[in-house]
Amino acid sequence: MTNISVPRERTERPPSSLGGLPVTKWVAYPAFIFSILFFVAPFLIMFAVSFWQRISGRLEATWTIQNYEKFFSKSYLVEALFNSLEVTIITTIISVLIAYPLAYIVAFKVPTKWQRIILLLTILPFWTAYVVRSYSWLLVLSDNGIVNSTMLSLGIINEPLKLAYTRGATILGFVHFFTMLLVLTIYANLIQIPKNLLHAASDLGASATQTFLRVTLPLSLPGVAVGAFLTFVITIGDYITPQILGGNTELLVPQAIMLQISRTADFPMAAVMSIVLMAVVTGLYLIFQRYLKLDRI
Amino acid sequence: MTYNTSKLFSGIDRRTFLGASAGAVAATTMIPNFAAAAGSLNVLVWCDHADAKLIEPFEAAHNVKVNVKTYEGTGTALSILEQSAPGDWDVLVIDAPDVPRVAKDGILMELPKEIAPWDTMFPELRDAPYTSVDGKYYAIPEKFGYYGFCYDKRVVDPADASSGDIGWNEKYKGRIGVYDYYFPILQMIGLSMGLKPADIKQSDLAEIRKRLLAMKPNVKVIGDIVSVQNALVTGSVDVIVGGAEFTVSNLIPTNPHLDWTIADEGGLIWNQGIGVLEKSNQKDLAMEFVKWILSPKGQGLLATSECFWAMPANSAAEIDDESKGHLRWDNQSDFLKRSHVSLFPDAEMDAAMLDIWTEFLQS
Repeated sequence: MTNISVPRERTERPPSSLGGLPVTKWVAYPAFIFSILFFVAPFLIMFAVSFWQRISGRLEATWTIQNYEKFFSKSYLVEALFNSLEVTIITTIISVLIAYPLAYIVAFKVPTKWQRIILLLTILPFWTAYVVRSYSWLLVLSDNGIVNSTMLSLGIINEPLKLAYTRGATILGFVHFFTMLLVLTIYANLIQIPKNLLHAASDLGASATQTFLRVTLPLSLPGVAVGAFLTFVITIGDYITPQILGGNTELLVPQAIMLQISRTADFPMAAVMSIVLMAVVTGLYLIFQRYLKLDRI
Repeated sequence: MTYNTSKLFSGIDRRTFLGASAGAVAATTMIPNFAAAAGSLNVLVWCDHADAKLIEPFEAAHNVKVNVKTYEGTGTALSILEQSAPGDWDVLVIDAPDVPRVAKDGILMELPKEIAPWDTMFPELRDAPYTSVDGKYYAIPEKFGYYGFCYDKRVVDPADASSGDIGWNEKYKGRIGVYDYYFPILQMIGLSMGLKPADIKQSDLAEIRKRLLAMKPNVKVIGDIVSVQNALVTGSVDVIVGGAEFTVSNLIPTNPHLDWTIADEGGLIWNQGIGVLEKSNQKDLAMEFVKWILSPKGQGLLATSECFWAMPANSAAEIDDESKGHLRWDNQSDFLKRSHVSLFPDAEMDAAMLDIWTEFLQS
């Protein structure tokens, strides 16, 4: 049995004009202007500022690469970058491993009429504020929190486990958030897989496992890739969760950026760190762009 | 039903429409939230000034809306000012030791001496080296406190709590929280090494760094006020290095097992000042706000503000006895006598201190 690829469906081209007005172009302009104003322009400014310096409390347009040299010469800043990558990669992998089976069950095992309700329940935690959710986790994980109190009262442990203010707590907070996001992207992809492909595989003698591995999984990878990419991008730039749940006891790049901004207003150094993070994300995008098929979501 | 979209835009060509749209978006994004609105006073302050019970009496008395923008760290305040138009802001609350350099940059206006209640102000604040600059006043001390230690009385010996070495005490390994502000913590470490904070030089930083990094294995959490409060209340830590009245006084009524003190070697005084911005368009109203904050009533409300409690600069502040107890009012003369004013770092020293702190976070 060979892998099956889905032929692209032919779709009618949308009308290029309505009443003489070039509708498609008009539709694209707001997004274009939005991107220029709120992404391209700020990015170019940030890139320019990364070559400036803060001297005696003032920003000076000195055009030097000293800030970049400083970043890569300070071992603790480079280690912070590796910490960020480690936490982000672990979060992404765990989130995908949890979200995929959930999305699969909702898409294929839950009756259609219940799917909306299940999805609604899945994203319910999104309705609470991010900071509140992080502090709620602290109440669960702290030394006199629910987990430790329960285990102590049952005699399973003699002293509280160190759960809060650890990297594990940070990852737990991230996974809780991003599993929901991934369930949505993967589910959206799974339900687009034509049922007749699954039936055909079955008719040709494929077992359920073979059908999953050779039909469902390959066809759902674009959803996984997009969700994983979004998870990666948001996690690597997140400041709140490591601050609250991680106890700020290991440095991640967003923490280092905030230190530069809030304590010394050293925007050039903060810009360098942001550019480094963006370079990492861009590199990742270039590596995985062939799998990122946004039109399948 | 079909709309003739071309008619919707009749009389407006595409270029005009796009230009107008872009202009509208740009205008919307460039206008500060409440810049110089009529009948309003814009104050750039610490979070303790955002308490409605402090602001509303002034608004009612002057029939004005006070727009409060809170910030943390002088660097943030200066960057906000840099990005604002002249006249956007009227009042600034700032770390008192930063007043001389901010005044030198022409950011604050000179205040009339009689604006402050000098007779009832704690003398240590009145006479602090940064309170006046060449005999002129640019910001008036309004609230102060110490960087010291907060602790859980049920598990921490008070004698240990007042030792500057508690951060390294093996008895509390893994039970230490640290207030996330490099500037006072590095000076406290200097104090524990026998250095007077104001005399700390860049050459001392290597030893301070070594001692700071040696504390890390004992540390469980490093955080802002809310984070370390949370860690202490939930039993995750027993001690907060760098905390004091501003960290736990407002928690003591519901958590009577919490307390705070300063080190035997003395505490490090922090002190915030309030001033009027040189480019304010309503200096008279801004000065009225300063007077309100410095009045006995305003001082009492500021001292027990929702965000954090601390000692009022004006000893005539109206505060009830129970709250005075939480602020350790009766110990103030001893605390002040034993405490030290902060050092005045130049930009290079400040950056070096931040580098050490960043390394500490990562270690």
